[in-house]
Amino acid sequence: MKKSLLLLLLSLLLVVFMAACGGDDEPADAGDDDDDVEETNDGGDSDVDDSDDGDEGDESAEAPAGDQTLIYARGGDSQSLDFASTQDGESSRITLQIYESLLSFNEHSFDVEPGLAEDWDVADDNVTYTFYLREGVKFHDGTDFNAEAVKTNFERWSDPDHEFAFTDEGYAYSVYGNQFGGFKGDDGHIIDEINIINDYEIEFILTEPFGAFLQNMAMSYFAITSPAALAEYGATINENPVGTGPFKFVSWTRDDSIVLDKFEDYWMEGYPKLDRVIFQVIPDNSARLTALRAGEIDIMDGLNPDDYELIQNEPGLQGFERETNNFGYLGFNVEMEPFDDPLVRKAMSHAVDKEALIPLLYAGLAEPAINPLPPSYLGYNDNLDPYEYNPELARELLAEAGYPDGFEFDLWTMPVARPYMPDPERAAEVLQANFAEVGLEANIFTLEWATYLDELTKGVQDVFMLGWSGTNGDSDYFLGNLLSTAGIPESNRTFYSNTDVDALLAEARTTVDEGERAALYEEALALIHEDAPMINLVHTTPVLAGSDRVQNYIPHLSTSEALTKVELAE
Amino acid sequence: MLAYTIRRILMLIPVLIGMSIVTFAIIHFIPGNPARVILGDQATATAIANLEAQLGLDQPPYIQYFHYVFDLLKGDLGTSLRTNTPIAAEIWPRLAATIELTVFAMIFAIVVGVNAGIISAWKQNSIFDYTAMIIALIGVSMPIFWLGLMQQWIFAQELGWLPAFGRGNPRDPVETTTHLYVIDTIINGRFDQLWTSIKHLVLPGIALGTIPMAIIARMTRSSMLEILRSDYIRTIEAKGSRTLSVIYRHGFKNAVIPVLTVAGLQTGSLLGGAILTETIFSWPGVGRYVYEAIGTRDYPVIQSGILVIAFMFVIINLIVDLLYSYIDPRIKY
Repeated sequence: MKKSLLLLLLSLLLVVFMAACGGDDEPADAGDDDDDVEETNDGGDSDVDDSDDGDEGDESAEAPAGDQTLIYARGGDSQSLDFASTQDGESSRITLQIYESLLSFNEHSFDVEPGLAEDWDVADDNVTYTFYLREGVKFHDGTDFNAEAVKTNFERWSDPDHEFAFTDEGYAYSVYGNQFGGFKGDDGHIIDEINIINDYEIEFILTEPFGAFLQNMAMSYFAITSPAALAEYGATINENPVGTGPFKFVSWTRDDSIVLDKFEDYWMEGYPKLDRVIFQVIPDNSARLTALRAGEIDIMDGLNPDDYELIQNEPGLQGFERETNNFGYLGFNVEMEPFDDPLVRKAMSHAVDKEALIPLLYAGLAEPAINPLPPSYLGYNDNLDPYEYNPELARELLAEAGYPDGFEFDLWTMPVARPYMPDPERAAEVLQANFAEVGLEANIFTLEWATYLDELTKGVQDVFMLGWSGTNGDSDYFLGNLLSTAGIPESNRTFYSNTDVDALLAEARTTVDEGERAALYEEALALIHEDAPMINLVHTTPVLAGSDRVQNYIPHLSTSEALTKVELAE
Repeated sequence: MLAYTIRRILMLIPVLIGMSIVTFAIIHFIPGNPARVILGDQATATAIANLEAQLGLDQPPYIQYFHYVFDLLKGDLGTSLRTNTPIAAEIWPRLAATIELTVFAMIFAIVVGVNAGIISAWKQNSIFDYTAMIIALIGVSMPIFWLGLMQQWIFAQELGWLPAFGRGNPRDPVETTTHLYVIDTIINGRFDQLWTSIKHLVLPGIALGTIPMAIIARMTRSSMLEILRSDYIRTIEAKGSRTLSVIYRHGFKNAVIPVLTVAGLQTGSLLGGAILTETIFSWPGVGRYVYEAIGTRDYPVIQSGILVIAFMFVIINLIVDLLYSYIDPRIKY
């Protein structure tokens, strides 16, 4: 035993010694090392991306991986690099770099701007959309982007029998189904026809006018994949993404890192600025911040709100704010006594002190919610009279509803942090104290996350904590999912059902004129406000941190953004 | 010896079948729907139903189990529900990461623990003994989470000596063949990368090795104290030599069996239970892989992951048992 131990120790020492020598050797050796780097990159390229011809591989290897390499650290790995068959935010963070949609969102808002389509027309019938595609755009595999590619991609999502749908391999395009009313052959499916007019002109004909169509076309879920790559990789396209975006895929080490390199033939002149982007998984929030402070990474997501102020005053670091695009709420199960009584719901709405919650839980990076819709959205109703914090009134209303002595209920508390609820446990404690003040006894109740979501759809909850984040800036995405009868029970966990609201939302969905749509939403919001199916808690501002070398990084509302214009200063 | 080894290996089969049934039963008893987790909290009912049908989750559990075992017998560990990738391909890089970390942690634990234990026993009730045993007590009780964060703060952030996360420098990725970075870098002749890989092992290795180190130190000490009281040591003493080298040469050999047992058990549990260390140090290991699979109800990954971990555990125990007879020829199988 002793001998073998000694041997082990000795060999370890030897190895360390050799390594130290290898690292510190004379400059002549450094040249050799560089050669090795190239080999490494070449190997990586040919392993994962067979379509790359040798020349391109060499190009990416020669790009110095020092100066313009950005390391972006995040909490979890991506599920898939096929954007259309996943709803995972960590996946779209990557696919946004590799892929582009026909339209794109403005850097600061959800206003649509040209993407792969330079321009578009809406005919007077409000159902015919023509997109004029950018010419000369290449996919990373060298094939041309054209109208045929667009059509192939849309058919892939809408038709489960399409050769690239990969239905048997477990691919499902649920976002497509949600956003376009179903799939080919379904009654609600909004896209009737896709006609190629010529290589760079494509026409979409809808079954009826559809207010959110252009917004949808800009979503990262509807980006264009190279048809040649779909044919080549088949169902492993989720590990071999090939798009037209500013960065091309190099390698993916699961639960660790995804490496992307600059696409030299990117259509936007002079971009991207970075040579290489590495998305690194660092699960623990504090460890991620330590890595940033140690200079090992350049940008980190998921900064604790409490650390934000600290970061801004630290030399070498800077903070970033993502604009508000979410909504955290406390939902009532409106089918369960006593929460089936609007008076009780209103009373409880008056019991919650949102203003006190914000500094306590969000370090001030949030605003109290009045509508179940972020303030920048179409139809946000400014004229509502918010439920103010008023324990007196709450007690009166409870007495009026027949509960002068209050009652006891379970307060369902999320087990995980979400942007709209960074510390659910502490939030539950504060809310518990609020309710106690008006004579209500809230028992904090929690389940593991997967179970939590599952149980909520069964309608066994009393009062529960949850939220919603926007993806395309369309109001229907919030209201239609959270508060329409159609959303029960998958997304509408309050089981709130009001035929007037349903009718208004349905009308708004098929209205194209913005002013009219806004009026319809405002009306629906007023009805919802009166019914109070949920206590609208807050809209939060998620924060990130980065090294002060990072320039032109603008976090987008939709939770992720392309890093096309980002660069690193010396 | 050979017959014993074969018998022990055959005994693996019922153990693994039992493991797979228990795992399967447990994960199907806990509520939660993988289809819903995959599609997220903003999915529609039809989407969930479609995905369930595609994944075969709408079939009765015993059918699902038989499908699983049948595939397993064909050498197919299944496909991850979450990533749609074969588990056999996914699990090895993670297992390699965990093995590398475990080996490093155990080297640290054994080298430090055994020596501290021997010296403590030799100088029983001395200052060294007290200090070493107090440190061991602290080591056993130390929350790894806290220790890891403190290490990062001191050695990565303040001093900048060691990296805070990962297995290598992401700017200069290691070309992998075995996925054991220490070996891969040697194969590639990249000794600068080897040095980087070793530096990445230091903090998580020490964090992970601290508890086993403390346990081994205490076990070595008590085992050695017993030996030091035995007749043959007294004889050596009577001949006038009680040097440390005598204790190492003559004493430790007889004290090693219980230490080996503890070390074996600790190695086994580190292989499966290093989730905290793997999380704090962003170490893409098998513990985190299975842990995340539980969170997303990725049934095949949970099943196969636990099966692989159980397999490793049993194998390590077997190796330890075989080592007994090598170290102590009186033990015969």
